[in-house]
Amino acid sequence: MSPADTLRFATRAALGYPLRTALMVLAMSIGVAAVVVLTALGDGARRYVINEFSALGTNLIIVLPGRTATGGLGLGNLITSTPRDLTVRDAEALLRAPLVTRIAPLSVGNSEIAYGGRLREAMAVGTSADYLAIRDFHMAQGQFLPREDLGRASAVAVLGATLRDELFGAEAAVGRMIRVGDRRLRVIGVLQKSGQALGMNTDELVFVPVATAQAMFNTNTLFRVIIEARSRDALTPAKRQLEDIMRGRREGELDVTLITQDAVLGTFDRILGALTLGVAGIAAISLAVAGILVMNVMLVAVTQRTGEIGLLKALGATGSNIRLAFLTEAALLSLAGAFTGLGLGHLGAWGLRLAFPILPAWPPDWAVFAGLGTALSTGILFGVMPARRAARLDPVQALAKR
Amino acid sequence: MAQIELDGIERIFTLGDSQVHALHAVSVSIEAGEYVAVMGPSGSGKSTMLNLLGLLDHPNAGTYRLEGRDVTTLSPDEQAEVRRSRIGFVFQSFHLVPRLTAAENIALPLMLAGVNLAERAKRVARALKDFGLESRAGHRPDELSGGQRQRVAIARATIMRPAMILADEPTGNLDRATGQDVTALLEELNASGVTLIVVTHDPVMGSRARRQLLMEDGALVQDLNVARQAAPA
Ligand SMILES: Nc1ncnc2c1ncn2[C@@H]1O[C@H](COP(=O)(O)OP(=O)(O)O)[C@@H](O)[C@H]1O
Ligand SMILES: [Mg+2]
Repeated sequence: MSPADTLRFATRAALGYPLRTALMVLAMSIGVAAVVVLTALGDGARRYVINEFSALGTNLIIVLPGRTATGGLGLGNLITSTPRDLTVRDAEALLRAPLVTRIAPLSVGNSEIAYGGRLREAMAVGTSADYLAIRDFHMAQGQFLPREDLGRASAVAVLGATLRDELFGAEAAVGRMIRVGDRRLRVIGVLQKSGQALGMNTDELVFVPVATAQAMFNTNTLFRVIIEARSRDALTPAKRQLEDIMRGRREGELDVTLITQDAVLGTFDRILGALTLGVAGIAAISLAVAGILVMNVMLVAVTQRTGEIGLLKALGATGSNIRLAFLTEAALLSLAGAFTGLGLGHLGAWGLRLAFPILPAWPPDWAVFAGLGTALSTGILFGVMPARRAARLDPVQALAKR
Repeated sequence: MAQIELDGIERIFTLGDSQVHALHAVSVSIEAGEYVAVMGPSGSGKSTMLNLLGLLDHPNAGTYRLEGRDVTTLSPDEQAEVRRSRIGFVFQSFHLVPRLTAAENIALPLMLAGVNLAERAKRVARALKDFGLESRAGHRPDELSGGQRQRVAIARATIMRPAMILADEPTGNLDRATGQDVTALLEELNASGVTLIVVTHDPVMGSRARRQLLMEDGALVQDLNVARQAAPA
């Protein structure tokens, strides 16, 4: 019996029982579709987070006050328990590191902002001129914070696009005086709309010089210092230079934490990657269940077609002819199920993307191959037993059965 | 050398504790081209003997020589090859594959033998013509009458040009007239040289055979050769 004939015979057999075939294809396809949709969801989440972070720029180092436990139990950790303030002077010193191109200190707090009769809660961000370039923001009108001594509390402010609209409506904002907290500040610029990043809507912020913010919130310490290294490759050596500078300013003790985007990204990447894998694993279980279904369906097929098997043997079919025919049938059913499932899964992922446009819910390639592979191999694996049973049937008894 | 030589064949079925001696000390030889009717009451072992002759079953003791070769010791695959090339089966209940057309059913042995598609089509077309089934080629078994079904089965049994046809009550599921047609068809094949061994209940059909084997309780009790009027045991 030629392979082409085996394939033809098995196809005819599969099509000869349409209801059974349809049910099995459905069961198998649900498993594969689950793998595709769930991995699309997981990988979509992973890509979403990575995109969000990448929007911040990949060659950034963030310095925050205090030492996290990751530093281990060094001598410095034992001596001081409360960290010293991270000050504007520290930020200025950090700019002296050779591999650092820009820095922007951050002092953040909630404040009331008022213009005319309008009053609003808004988050005020105290920073410096370089923040614009670091975050790759663009001005809609006017200019960003002036380049000046970080200790100078100039009475100026830059508005996010939404905030501007809410306060000024159709009126021009640049040049007007607004009140932020207890200070009167002149609006010198408005940012272009940029949207969400890291859960903070930039369009609803008001930017002021860092010293102004510190005076407003009555604090000496900075929330963060954002530092831009020369390049992505310079991140690690730049980090070392920054640590050295900080140690020099703290009598050898390192009481700040330096975070690189790479590290944050790597962590998210790993967490969400593992999540995707786990979800894929759960979906794969449904494929194993489908495999058991294949086995049962094929066992029923063997029982149903006992007479036919007896006949084929009488006509001179060998055991391997029959085994191969049934195995091929199981493989065909799994294959049809796998591809139907792939189609359904892509449809589902498409639906996800429609429902959540921010989520890049594309199934990863490996998941597609894994889903197809698992479906095929379970189908064939679980098809072996019924096929062997068919091949072993006693022809006389098989023929006697009607 | 006879085509078929059975010598001291025993076939014992074990059902739980009880044993059924379905065949006991059966020895017979059949020449190529003979027309043999196997008769006897129900349960006398007729079908069991036919299954042994067709290599679908194995004796517990004794030897079976087919065309001079001891076939009881062949491997399953070798036996399948013998069935494929030398033996044609016709069953009481036709045994057609329900999802395949008449033409496809007839082509099954050719497919199993690995005959190529073009050759297959040619031989099936000829068989359909020979058996008057041309207009039924594309019909499935449930669209055929009993007589047509049995003709498809006979066409299938002869498509490989076997040395013998084994028919177990081929007319059992047919009305008298159709049964006679089928019998005539089988006899025609026999006239062209194929050995024909028919199991039958029907004394009328049995009496048409030149040689009649009568079985009782698993034993061959009479071997009546009409042509030679002799009974060699
Ligand atoms: N597979 C089997 N298991 C047990 N007993 C069987 C089996 N096949 C046949 N027999 C028994 O062997 C005897 C002969 O059966 P069979 O050859 O079918 O008779 P016949 O065809 O002459 O009616 C019967 O008693 C039957 O019950
Ligand atoms: Mg019988």
